[in-house]
Amino acid sequence: MTALAPPPAAPGTARVPGPRQRRLAGLVGALVVLLVLLVASVLIGSTAIAPSVVWDALFQPSADIDQFAIRDYRLPRAVVGLVVGMALGLTGALIQALTRNPLADPGLLGLDAGASFAVTVAVGVLGVRDISGYMWFAVAGALIVTLMVLALGSTRQGSSPVLMVLAGVCVGAVLRGAGDALQLINPEAFDAMRSWNAGSIAGRPLELVWQILPFFAVALILAFAVSGPLNAMALGDELAATQGVRLTRTRVLAIIALTLLAGGATAIAGPIAFVGLMVPHVARWIVGPHQRWIFAYSVLLAPILLLAADILGRIVMRPNEIPVGIVTAFVGAPVLIALVLRKKASGL
Amino acid sequence: MDFGQRVLVLRRRRIAVRLEWRSVLACAVLALAVAGMAVLALMTGSYQLSAGQVVSALTGGQTGLVHDIVVQWRLPRVAAALVFGASLGVSGAVFQSLLRNPLAEPGIIGFSQGSYTGALIVILVVNGTYWQLVGGALLGGMATAVAVYLLAYRRGVQGFRLIVVGIGISAMLGSLNTWLILKADLKVAMAAAAWGAGSLNGVSWHKVLIGGACIAVLLLLAAVLSRPMRQLELGDEAAAAQGVRVAPARLGLIAVGVALTATVTAASGPITFISLLAPQIARRIARTAGITLAPAAFVGALLCLAADYLAQHAAPTPLPVGIITVVLGGGYLGWLLFTEARRRL
Repeated sequence: MTALAPPPAAPGTARVPGPRQRRLAGLVGALVVLLVLLVASVLIGSTAIAPSVVWDALFQPSADIDQFAIRDYRLPRAVVGLVVGMALGLTGALIQALTRNPLADPGLLGLDAGASFAVTVAVGVLGVRDISGYMWFAVAGALIVTLMVLALGSTRQGSSPVLMVLAGVCVGAVLRGAGDALQLINPEAFDAMRSWNAGSIAGRPLELVWQILPFFAVALILAFAVSGPLNAMALGDELAATQGVRLTRTRVLAIIALTLLAGGATAIAGPIAFVGLMVPHVARWIVGPHQRWIFAYSVLLAPILLLAADILGRIVMRPNEIPVGIVTAFVGAPVLIALVLRKKASGL
Repeated sequence: MDFGQRVLVLRRRRIAVRLEWRSVLACAVLALAVAGMAVLALMTGSYQLSAGQVVSALTGGQTGLVHDIVVQWRLPRVAAALVFGASLGVSGAVFQSLLRNPLAEPGIIGFSQGSYTGALIVILVVNGTYWQLVGGALLGGMATAVAVYLLAYRRGVQGFRLIVVGIGISAMLGSLNTWLILKADLKVAMAAAAWGAGSLNGVSWHKVLIGGACIAVLLLLAAVLSRPMRQLELGDEAAAAQGVRVAPARLGLIAVGVALTATVTAASGPITFISLLAPQIARRIARTAGITLAPAAFVGALLCLAADYLAQHAAPTPLPVGIITVVLGGGYLGWLLFTEARRRL
């Protein structure tokens, strides 16, 4: 797929169960489910709107109030869910591959807290109002936290999954505290950040997505470019180096990709944890230890999870809504606990 | 156990108290520091007072405005910081000793989130009294403690599993709390959110006395249990051989530790990281081999006072004390991870 792809007989591919066709078929199946959920996301809401109205809203626009609801609210919500979900899933897969840590998740490791804090500084203190302005703050925040957590969570023997999670929780707690302090000192910042902090894909304007899409595209290309080397690195740095993998370059590119994704997703939706934790595990369970397939499945499975969680949050407490970040925490925390309780956390 | 330190033995009739000299000395120095910090806190405010004025107001030598400022306005807050800080310090010491893990902290392993959830449900759903709030926080903390303990239990509780299970439960309860606040009336929600940051704003004598009475009883229980606690640190079998009834002792310690955190949470909202920091700092100051309760209590009180002082006077707007402790404590935790935990985990 890319110039960085490993030789076809790379170890790690030899153990992969199932033929290529089956994995492709699974990918197509996931795509179908995703499309169904996208449609469901537009159709299901606090008020019932007939499918014909949805059709008209898209192709025969008029000033009908239900059409407004579709065009200005539900459709952007579905698109934001799709894009943010893809970004979160790929971030999770990348960071788990990079750290060889089955517990790694952009939320648990504090990446979204870093992005949130940087956005709070940009919006609240520096008065940046333009998404393309604070997008860079979000990415820088995520990048700094990534480097900090990598430094704190690695020992000489390699990285320890729990140590890394603890480092993330601690960095995240500090940044959240500092962010809260900033917001309390500066009520304007509080007002600007309030709706965004719960982690939701509702009410986010579509323009955000268009502005961030190019960065996501770059990150996607980078992710698949390093999937081969990351595959080789799963067996250990020394072995990978003997196969000609450039360790530092792979790490740097992977970090660039995942911070672009984590920063972008947080800039749009606010902090949403656990999606990046769960999805790569499911992907690995389906396709085995092959990074490129894991990445591909994660990109499709994560928006499925996010959209399903969002729809669930809309119908459980009608007419109230539960923000999607809260639903994913309730689904994801038990998964984290199950992963820890298994004798050997799933290997990478 | 003899840790090779000089020991002071006080005997009166049939009761003998063995005290380590270094602990006694450390407690004395810490008590002085706490007193100094308390006087500084009583001096500072929109109406500045001198140390002499504060001391004479405390000893009854002042009347009128100065007396009111010191005794009615500032003293409840200082007393609350002292008592709550000591309570958190001891609570952390109990958990770190029980789990034999320097990272065990009620905040990290989810108990304080559970207390917060219990209290929030009382505030938002029942709209209860202060006592119901205390009850809710206590119940929430206990239930979370039991849940985390049971989930992490697999032929014994290992520190690492407990912490990650705690992080998971904590994340879940945290999002439940966010949602409870989002769903509530704006006015109630704002009050609850301010309280959720952990603040000593608006503590009255009434609250301090109620909370202080609960905490005093719990501290006494902790002192009684401190001997079996030290013996449990050596392992269950060794403790049992020394005549400790292991299961009841551990259950009692967990109950006291959770109750200490929950009482503070009910009164002021979750003030995190003091329970993590205090026992560790105390251990370094007193140079004891294990975790000891009295120095941890003093360090907890000092930390809470100092953090609340910073919270009130360092920023242009008074902040909740919990924000200061999160930032300081998180920084310390990072350092701890960097130096110590990597050897122990």
